[in-house]
Amino acid sequence: MNPFSSGTRLRDMIRAIRACKTAAEERAVVRKECAAIRAAINENDQDYRHRNLAKLMFIHMLGYPTHFGQMECLKLIASAGFPEKRIGYLGLMLLLDERQEVLMLVTNSLKQDLNHTNQYIVGLALCALGNICSAEMARDLAPEVERLLQFRDPNIRKKAALCSIRIIKKVPDLAENFINPTASLLKEKHHGVLITGVQLCTDLCKVSPEALEFFRNKCTDGLVKTLRDMVNSPYAPEYDIAGITDPFLHIRLLRLLRVLGQGDADASDSMNDILAQVATKTESNKNAGNAILYECVETIMSIEDNGGLRVLAINILGRFLSNRDNNIRYVALNMLMKAITVDTQAVQRHRATILECVKDSDASIRKRALELVYLLVNESNVKPLTKELVDYLEVSDQEFKGDLTAKICSIVSKFSPEKIWYIDQMLKVLSEAGNFVKDEVWHALVVVISNASDLHGYTVRALYRAFQTSAEQECLVRVAVWCIGEYGDLLVNNVGMLDIEDPITVTESDAVDVIEIAIKSHTSDLTTKAMAFVALLKLSSRFPSCSERIKDIIVHYKGSLVLELQQRAIEFNSIIMKHQNIRSALVERMPVLDEATFIGKRAGSIPATVSTPTAGSINMPNGIAKPSAAPLVDLLDLSSDDAPAPSSSGGDFLQDLLGVDLLSSSKTSGVNAVSQNGTDALLDLLSIGSPPVQSSPSAHDILSASQDNKTSVSPLDGLSSPSYPNQSTSAGVTPVMDLLGGFAADPPKPEDNGSAYPSLVAFESSSLKIVFNFSKPPGNPQTTLVQAEFTNLSSDNYTDFVFQAAVPKFLQLHLDPASSNTLPASGNGVVTQSLKVTNSQHGKKSLVMRIRIAYKINNKDVLEEGQVNNFPRGL
Amino acid sequence: MIHFVLLISRQGKVRLTKWYSPYSQKERTKVIRELSGVILTRGPKLCNFVEWRGYKVVYKRYASLYFCMCIDQEDNELEILEIIHHYVEILDRYFGSVCELDLIFNFHKAYYILDELLIAGELQEPSKKTVARLIAAQDSLVETAKEEASSISNIIAQATK
Repeated sequence: MNPFSSGTRLRDMIRAIRACKTAAEERAVVRKECAAIRAAINENDQDYRHRNLAKLMFIHMLGYPTHFGQMECLKLIASAGFPEKRIGYLGLMLLLDERQEVLMLVTNSLKQDLNHTNQYIVGLALCALGNICSAEMARDLAPEVERLLQFRDPNIRKKAALCSIRIIKKVPDLAENFINPTASLLKEKHHGVLITGVQLCTDLCKVSPEALEFFRNKCTDGLVKTLRDMVNSPYAPEYDIAGITDPFLHIRLLRLLRVLGQGDADASDSMNDILAQVATKTESNKNAGNAILYECVETIMSIEDNGGLRVLAINILGRFLSNRDNNIRYVALNMLMKAITVDTQAVQRHRATILECVKDSDASIRKRALELVYLLVNESNVKPLTKELVDYLEVSDQEFKGDLTAKICSIVSKFSPEKIWYIDQMLKVLSEAGNFVKDEVWHALVVVISNASDLHGYTVRALYRAFQTSAEQECLVRVAVWCIGEYGDLLVNNVGMLDIEDPITVTESDAVDVIEIAIKSHTSDLTTKAMAFVALLKLSSRFPSCSERIKDIIVHYKGSLVLELQQRAIEFNSIIMKHQNIRSALVERMPVLDEATFIGKRAGSIPATVSTPTAGSINMPNGIAKPSAAPLVDLLDLSSDDAPAPSSSGGDFLQDLLGVDLLSSSKTSGVNAVSQNGTDALLDLLSIGSPPVQSSPSAHDILSASQDNKTSVSPLDGLSSPSYPNQSTSAGVTPVMDLLGGFAADPPKPEDNGSAYPSLVAFESSSLKIVFNFSKPPGNPQTTLVQAEFTNLSSDNYTDFVFQAAVPKFLQLHLDPASSNTLPASGNGVVTQSLKVTNSQHGKKSLVMRIRIAYKINNKDVLEEGQVNNFPRGL
Repeated sequence: MIHFVLLISRQGKVRLTKWYSPYSQKERTKVIRELSGVILTRGPKLCNFVEWRGYKVVYKRYASLYFCMCIDQEDNELEILEIIHHYVEILDRYFGSVCELDLIFNFHKAYYILDELLIAGELQEPSKKTVARLIAAQDSLVETAKEEASSISNIIAQATK
């Protein structure tokens, strides 16, 4: 005998492992045993093979690797005796799963065992097949299993039935072979066979519509009768559970009836009586009875409408809901969610109880109840329900706050009757659980605040108060910082006081305190701090008395190790220091944010990403700014005066609006500045009010700016110095310079060509080109007629061609139908479409347009998008 | 259907695992760790259901052992509790007032019984008596084979003496 193959019995090994005091000891014992088993495997030791496999299974359960034993299972299965096979199949099911290649090797042994004369061996093979077979094995062995459905011993028939379930789930094509044998199983008396037959029938109906049709027509009445016999059967000790004969079979029959009755009035009709009988007669004092009632309610809810039965079902749920057992309450909540689609009123009656469940100590019940409350909210009950939920938010567990907050925010934004209520609720949520609020939620809040111009003062004061108590809630801080930056003057002067408000005295320096706390707080993240900087810049102009203090705070961050903060500090500092004349214009209040655009953005974000693959080849000769255009430029956008590009705010507009874009901003805007050269928005912006041609004075400016920065910022200095000579020529403007000082020369000169405007390539990709031709109707300078010409550059015809355009609010757009919706290939013909654009801010703002083109190539949908912001000036 | 069955001790030791849906070894370890973290920390009066990764896990504690079964959202949780109880009663009859130690040293028997109760994640037999009878029949087959083997080896031993 092999000296390494330890003679330890299974029992001794388990004892040795249990005696281990530490994990290391256990590992040592297991390693020793595994070494011995490997040695035995190499020796091809037959006497102890089954014992070794049993040991391996135990080791496997402890979580150690046991792959080396897989072949041993196959050898044991292939041996002749029942004991070896029994342990072999057990090992197979435990150590392997259907995705392992080794499993294929067992197919042949399985086939032999399925045909074995010993029925217990057949049983072992069926069990293994039912638990782990793969699709290939299912195909190979389906005929054997099908035959075994008619085996003489019922215990084999029931195993074969469950095995068939696995087979048809793996290979639904095989379903039709099983329909007839299953039908005969349904007539059996043996409970094991009947229960498995009913289950097989249910699964057949799920995978095959033909099977469903067949069983519905042939078996519904029989099944109803079986259930009736079951319900009325006398006491049967073998199957009795809590006074009910075989609740398992009850439940499976009810489930099958549900499948058969769904969507079929006749079948539903034939089961009404028995369902009513089950619903009224079943004892509900034990779990088994409740399980049946629960299943019965679900069946009643799912089959075709019968008013009386549904009342019965809802009453059962009402009883469940008031039960003291948590399990019962849980399933009641679960079922009410389904009932709500059937009968909302009936569920509404239980609202108070459901609301109590939201506050349950059991997380599973809370979660269910919250889902249900969410479905129950409507316009009429939103206020009381939200109040309950918000009140509860204060005392709820930390881990539940996330879910709860998300639901409250969703309810509030969906059903809010008026803005002030919306703002109030959101502020409550933010102060309680601001750290759990998602970005979209507070973005939406900012948009709403911006639109509620009569509530600006109220909101900013409420936020100021909330900040004093809940400064640790990140999202609250962000909204507060943004609002104080925008509406700080309203805060200090108590403008627009509402009757419901308490008066509050806030000095300018108090307001700056808030921002300073936000910047200095360790809990604030980069976004919050960056927003606080923007707010400071805005306040520096609104509160002249605090200007010096703000400057000090900003200067302090010029040496910040965080690039984004450093950059902002430097930029803002130079604005404060050097550009008093334009600062107030720079930091004007944000224009009202367009709610429709915001909602559209949220909804449209999906198609936008879909279109990226096709849009990849778009080149932008004419400044079709892709949505990631310079955020910093946008941030400073005044949307007044003559800044052409930024007013289109191409980027993700909320980021732009808040100036929150991080880290990448300097690069993006830099690249942009170079590629667009002449139309650099920042240049434009900063040259407001300065003489149009400014090459020499600006050169001096730059010099001083870079010298100024030299002391604190050497890397930037390195960049700026060599580029200095270029500035006067303004050809290759270094991006960093633009951002720092931004005084390069050559702002775009308005091209005043009178009424004749040059044509414009509005869009060009590898597959499509769009040219705009302009004309002005006489006597109406605000209106521009645009003739769009579409040319197909690819070799395929485009069908279902649709051109869409969107413009900001100050523009009005009218689209005439296109000349055709088919665009011939290779530029063989042009489709034209007329657009009429009316600019309400003619002379102040330029045209800007977003376009979207949808068409089909060989019936495949293509979507391209772009933005046109290089319209000639003066349109 | 039942996706898997777990028996976990109060200390978090795994006593039995049965997987009816494919989970790789790595996933299995992760599932066990995750679920024992959730289930073992739940208080005694709470409901016996835990929602987990879009499934439901129904568990019930018997002495120091937690019996857990993972099912689909639309399955009947109350029935699963009955199935767990059914299994425990059969174990109890087989071992004669079963305890955790029985299941440790005779883990393979616990598996054999489970295989007579569930196949492909579905219930196979509602009668405790039938299960007991089938297990007894198979056990006796093993016994006979053992006796035969030892008698044969005796004969061989005597013949070669």
